[in-house]
Amino acid sequence: MRRAPAWILGLLAASIAAQLAWHGTRPAAQQEEAGLPPAPPAAVLRLASFGESAAAARLVMLYVQGFDVRGLDYARLVGWLRAALALDPLSAYPLFAAARVFAETPDPAASRVALQFVYEEFSRDPDRRWPWLAHAALLAKHRLKDLPLARRYAAAIDRQTRSSDVPLWARQMEIFILEDMNELEAARIMLGGLLERGDIRDPNELRFLRHRLEELEKRVK
Amino acid sequence: MPAAILARLVVLEAHRGGLPWLAAACIAAGAALAAFLSQVALTESRELQVAIVAAWLRACAVFLLAAHVATRTLREIDDKALELMLALPVGRPSQYLGRLAGLAACGALLAAAFAAPLAVLAPPGAVALWALSLALELALVAAVALFFALTLVQPVPAIAATAGLYLLGRSIAALQALAGGGPIADASLAGELARGTVGAIAFLLPRLDAVTRTEWLIHGVPPVAAYLAAIGSLLLYGVVVTAAGLFDFERKDL
Repeated sequence: MRRAPAWILGLLAASIAAQLAWHGTRPAAQQEEAGLPPAPPAAVLRLASFGESAAAARLVMLYVQGFDVRGLDYARLVGWLRAALALDPLSAYPLFAAARVFAETPDPAASRVALQFVYEEFSRDPDRRWPWLAHAALLAKHRLKDLPLARRYAAAIDRQTRSSDVPLWARQMEIFILEDMNELEAARIMLGGLLERGDIRDPNELRFLRHRLEELEKRVK
Repeated sequence: MPAAILARLVVLEAHRGGLPWLAAACIAAGAALAAFLSQVALTESRELQVAIVAAWLRACAVFLLAAHVATRTLREIDDKALELMLALPVGRPSQYLGRLAGLAACGALLAAAFAAPLAVLAPPGAVALWALSLALELALVAAVALFFALTLVQPVPAIAATAGLYLLGRSIAALQALAGGGPIADASLAGELARGTVGAIAFLLPRLDAVTRTEWLIHGVPPVAAYLAAIGSLLLYGVVVTAAGLFDFERKDL
């Protein structure tokens, strides 16, 4: 094998060093500072994904969850969540994120937008989507202190679910809401019920929910 | 049987040309992607891994095979190996079909290799149906790439034409949905023209968005009728492209 001239070797080493130095001075890549852009229609996302709708739906969720909840435009957020759900209507990710992440914001107005999204989408597939509306009912009662809203959500679970897979405690959510129990007790009962039935199998989701429960315990104490 | 011997030689050439190593690199990249995704997902981590890795492996398989078919066919032409083969007492249809069978076999081997890691993440029955569908999809890609390589006789146009046809086949249903329900869905002449054009193009394309669906791996196997219809449309289009290729190959002055 021939030896390359020394100046070429020097040029290669210097250019690599310059590349590393350039990147060393740049800030780490972050989500756009301008905030969440408006969501494109689901049909456009389907076209852009060349038919890989299931993958596109999940990539949309990874993109959306990268934004800081504080200062997020919830109207736009709901557009993205709706698009993700339209791409894969059987995916639980958009409703999970809406109920468990975005609705738990300290901003009540933003929380209501996320809960309304969960409520509207629940009606399209009640037997599959009731766990997120059940959580929405708890949030409406304990975070928003809006008992009529919590009862409306609880009543919707009872009225619209048909499958025998829906547990009794979920159907009787309205009684559960009216009982004088604090948020921690209610969350424990709900999580316990879901775990007992094997509804939560994903290790990441389990870790996330346990972490949320610990946070709640600290806050209640 | 000359066609079978030619098919075996094509598979052997792919093996010696490093295609298995490239496939292994794609699988390794897919495994790294799956490991990364399992850390960032809040829920549905398995579904997220399956969706992204399946889409990645499918795209890799199509690109690898299309590039391999185009480059090997054009190398055969440039090295005058094709002329040498045509001097043998073997008919042109046998030569063409033998090559295509070998390339389809390469596609089937790629599909089997790419389905193996998915079997860890998804139900075996769904993975088997996905793999069979991918094998047939790759056979179609091989037929299209062979046709364009022999017709256009340049690697970049041949790969670009194969990729264009493939991507259009993947997105034509979404394009039709956009044309039918989007801002150009009005009754104006421009709207009607756009819908008619997209509809006419759709008639000439395979419905590739209906085959090798990632949803099968996540939400369960499709109904038998829907699966057979999707596979049937692939086979039908494969026959059309093969017939066109045979027609062009027979007429070629080589």
